[in-house]
Amino acid sequence: MPFIPHTEEDVEEMLASIGAASIEELFDEIPPDLKTGNLSRVPPGMTEMEITRLMHERAQADGFYLNFIGAGAYEHHIPAAVWQITTRGEFYSSYTPYQAEASQGTLQLLYEYQTMMASLTGMDVSNASLYDGATALAEAALMAVRQHKTSRRILVPGTAHPTYRKVLRAIVRNQDIEVVEIPFDPESGQVIPEQLDPFGQEEFAALVVPQPNFFGVLEQVDTLTDWAHKKNSLVIAVVNPMSLAMLTPPGEWGTKGADIAVGEGQPLGIPLSSGGPYFGFMACKQELVRQMPGRIIGKTVDLDNKPGFVLTLQAREQHIRRSKATSNICTNQGLMVTAATIYMSLLGPEGLRRVAAQSHANLLQLVEKLETIPGVKRAHSGFCFHEAALKLPGPIDEILQALKAQGILGGLSLQDYYPALSNTLLVCTTETKTPVDLDKFGEVLGKILKKYK
Amino acid sequence: MSIPTELKYTKSHEWVKTESDGTVTIGITQHAQELLGDMVFVELPKVGRTLGQKEECAVVESVKAAADVYSPLAGEVVEVNTELESSPEKINQDPYHAWLFKLKPANVADVANLLDAQGYEKALESEAH
Amino acid sequence: MLIFEHSRPGRRNYSQSPTTPAEKQAIPQNLLRKSPVLLPEVSEMDAVRHYTRLSQKNFSIDTEFYPLGSCTMKYNPRACNALAMLPQFLARHPLAPEDTGQGFLACMYELQEILKDVTGMAGVSLTPMAGAQGELIGVMMIRAYHEARGDKKRTEIIVPDAAHGTNPATAVMCGYKVVEITTDKEGNVDMDALKAAVGPQTAGLMLTNPSTLGVFEKNISEMSRIVHEAGGLLYYDGANLNAVLGKVKPGDMGFDVIHINLHKTFSTPHGGGGPGAAPVGVAERLLPYLPIPMVAHEKGVYRWLTEEDVPQTIGRLSAHMGNAGVLLRAYIYVRLLGAEGMNRISQYATLNANYLMAELRKAGFEIAYPTRRASHEFIVTLKEIKERTGVTAMNLAKRLLDKGYHAPTTYFPILIPECLLIEPAETESKQTLDAFVTAMKEILQEIEDQPDMVKSAPHNMPLRKLDDVRAARELDLAWKPQ
Repeated sequence: MPFIPHTEEDVEEMLASIGAASIEELFDEIPPDLKTGNLSRVPPGMTEMEITRLMHERAQADGFYLNFIGAGAYEHHIPAAVWQITTRGEFYSSYTPYQAEASQGTLQLLYEYQTMMASLTGMDVSNASLYDGATALAEAALMAVRQHKTSRRILVPGTAHPTYRKVLRAIVRNQDIEVVEIPFDPESGQVIPEQLDPFGQEEFAALVVPQPNFFGVLEQVDTLTDWAHKKNSLVIAVVNPMSLAMLTPPGEWGTKGADIAVGEGQPLGIPLSSGGPYFGFMACKQELVRQMPGRIIGKTVDLDNKPGFVLTLQAREQHIRRSKATSNICTNQGLMVTAATIYMSLLGPEGLRRVAAQSHANLLQLVEKLETIPGVKRAHSGFCFHEAALKLPGPIDEILQALKAQGILGGLSLQDYYPALSNTLLVCTTETKTPVDLDKFGEVLGKILKKYK
Repeated sequence: MSIPTELKYTKSHEWVKTESDGTVTIGITQHAQELLGDMVFVELPKVGRTLGQKEECAVVESVKAAADVYSPLAGEVVEVNTELESSPEKINQDPYHAWLFKLKPANVADVANLLDAQGYEKALESEAH
Repeated sequence: MLIFEHSRPGRRNYSQSPTTPAEKQAIPQNLLRKSPVLLPEVSEMDAVRHYTRLSQKNFSIDTEFYPLGSCTMKYNPRACNALAMLPQFLARHPLAPEDTGQGFLACMYELQEILKDVTGMAGVSLTPMAGAQGELIGVMMIRAYHEARGDKKRTEIIVPDAAHGTNPATAVMCGYKVVEITTDKEGNVDMDALKAAVGPQTAGLMLTNPSTLGVFEKNISEMSRIVHEAGGLLYYDGANLNAVLGKVKPGDMGFDVIHINLHKTFSTPHGGGGPGAAPVGVAERLLPYLPIPMVAHEKGVYRWLTEEDVPQTIGRLSAHMGNAGVLLRAYIYVRLLGAEGMNRISQYATLNANYLMAELRKAGFEIAYPTRRASHEFIVTLKEIKERTGVTAMNLAKRLLDKGYHAPTTYFPILIPECLLIEPAETESKQTLDAFVTAMKEILQEIEDQPDMVKSAPHNMPLRKLDDVRAARELDLAWKPQ
């Protein structure tokens, strides 16, 4: 019996102790007419050897590609130690640290994580993570509305990740919150602060500022932040944590800094793995801490005055506050945060900066190379971090197919997300791309594009 | 447990003291603080806010629970005890002096309709059963 | 000691980031970071040693018996982890074309089909990333269903008082008012309270069955009839599916929508509090509202379903497709078990719970619902012990840690005073359960002989009892350099 240790003798003794004749008798409170129990569509069990064979076959069918897709999920090198430590049974198979004395490992790690994320974002405090970047944005919007108290409008630029905007709308829709989309400048690929005023005439709870934005372009974060603050609204920063090793952190944007910073934590040591599990991070200013959803770890002392860590501010949470909780969220993405904390420790400030800087430099190198191909040019004029949109002289889907045939995933077609952006490809580079990789992409694309001249 | 006889009470465990200037002072009872345990945070209403009777207007929070405080009377908030924001434990130490907020009642006569000490004691007894 | 306290300026790992500084840079000065990032500067061995040592301060299923009620802490097979982490699965970008992910998508499609069968529902979407998100999505679908019919009067969700806190919190997030109904002496939902609560304003009832009290709601068919006749829908919180897997299908109990906690019943790791995964299943009438993406299988090819395929969908609730890697682990688990193995889960989980309940009762513990069968879990109450000795359920829980057992769930469900919710799960042997009973007996004796020692437990852990009042009053949420 897979994963069930009972011997026949055990079962007999146990039933005797209970006073039941059979295991089936233990289900005698279930009305007989409800018992169906026939799992006709579940295949028979496999041995570990058989499932190993099957999974290897399926993995090999999916294969490996030279990947230039980013768009919210980024391929960085993950040191071997990260997942070897993370999947130790003591991290992998423990639960939410309700019993603090038996969970100091997880609790201290989360406190270290909160410290790292608060510093990276330039904010005062961080929670212990949320599901992913998109839901973290939705939670930030709800938090801003709770804090603002009078307005339920959220301004979101069209340069924010299109799926994040969809998730935001889906989650806040039932709470009478209005999501207002603000346009961007198609030439620079940025929000133009001077064009915001029509949207600020009516009160709003928060302005969302993505940095870098979905096109990889850097927004004028200082001006945008100050504009929203002048209107007595909050600023929600949506940032790539890797970029913050190089870029001004949200806590230092404008005169007062953004109020809430959220984003996708995946670049910090989490594999791409078809989209998850990742983790969402959320950090904020001290005065907002009681509005923050999710688990928060605090430092304290034990009876002997020795330092230790506990879940704190729990009265905000669903298991105590029930229908008045800040959110229904119970978990964080504990294991992912374990990996991210080990990743950041192994990289350190200089390592993280080098990864970010090389990712950025590779993009400049790649764009320079691709722009030498006739008909290829950047779609936007704004400065970029490690991702950029390129206009190509032919239909993207066809070109991507041809690239794939040569083992290259060339990027993401933007037309599905922005109908006006036909023949536009979003390409991304990380530090994992070598000069040879960049050259190969240039050469192969050059050959493919010859037919569109 | 002694229940001060000079105060009025609600079933939701608030106490009310009528001041000489016609305002009323509001806090939570000894019983309420015992139920909640060690206070860690208090959220008070804004001065100037107009409250209806039984409107949720403050939150008292311990490690393991958070409770809403309901305004015993309709009226306008004229003062809040900001000292509690940094020292919420004062509610545990001396609940009948650690007041939460003062109200200018819309109708002073409504005070008479609240429970007296005896009535509150009875309410506590019936809650225990 | 914190990782930051191991830090020395200038120390770093040279093989894990680019060896030479990047040459090119084109970012305006005003957008460049000026403040340092507070990350530790440590060697690889420092980091490995630090986090290995931290891990050793945790209790976990791999090291201790973990009878945490309502959480189903069963063994997490290592094969599930190893095979879900094959390099091709890890390397696959979520926006890569479907034809580069047919192996992965085949697993997802088959998992959808298996979960449909197990739950007796007409459709399944795998996207929710945790139980609470599964609930949110479930109630969003209930709302979408009523709205699509132009039925705007339905403003209330009914929730039993024994329910998980997520149930009422979720209903509020969906814009509903929560109506709590009481529990009768036998641990069932009070049918009179239910009848009084339903009406044209009822959007739905959220229910866990077996309930969080560890007993099967015998009247479920009647409850289903009452709610449906009033025009409401029935929501199944899959928290306790482990108790009835293969025995009863929620669809047959009359439920319209369900979420399944894969991190409980399907043995994906709890990971110190996530990531979970909680696919949702629906009956026929809710099919149009399922969240996307889902996987379809047409002409031998697997593909994602999008807004175009499911125009009435409640939408997307994650950036990509939820916790894909967790779903892969669950898929591997169900293939290892097969239909037979799944039937065995509920059988042996129930056997273990009833045996442990019988043995603890014999040892002198008071069972909250002594006339009922345990489902996969049951409740011990220390009400009498607390009144007599002052020892609380939490004291006993901490003393169990000293004896090498993770504590059961304490103070949930909140309507049972001084309660311990105990769930042994099917993967524990009789010998482990017997040893646990011995430890519980010892504590019972200690409560009589030396109650103060029990009250000040734990004594053998890395730390003694922690001051959570101080933690909340003097918030210290991030380390600062001295």
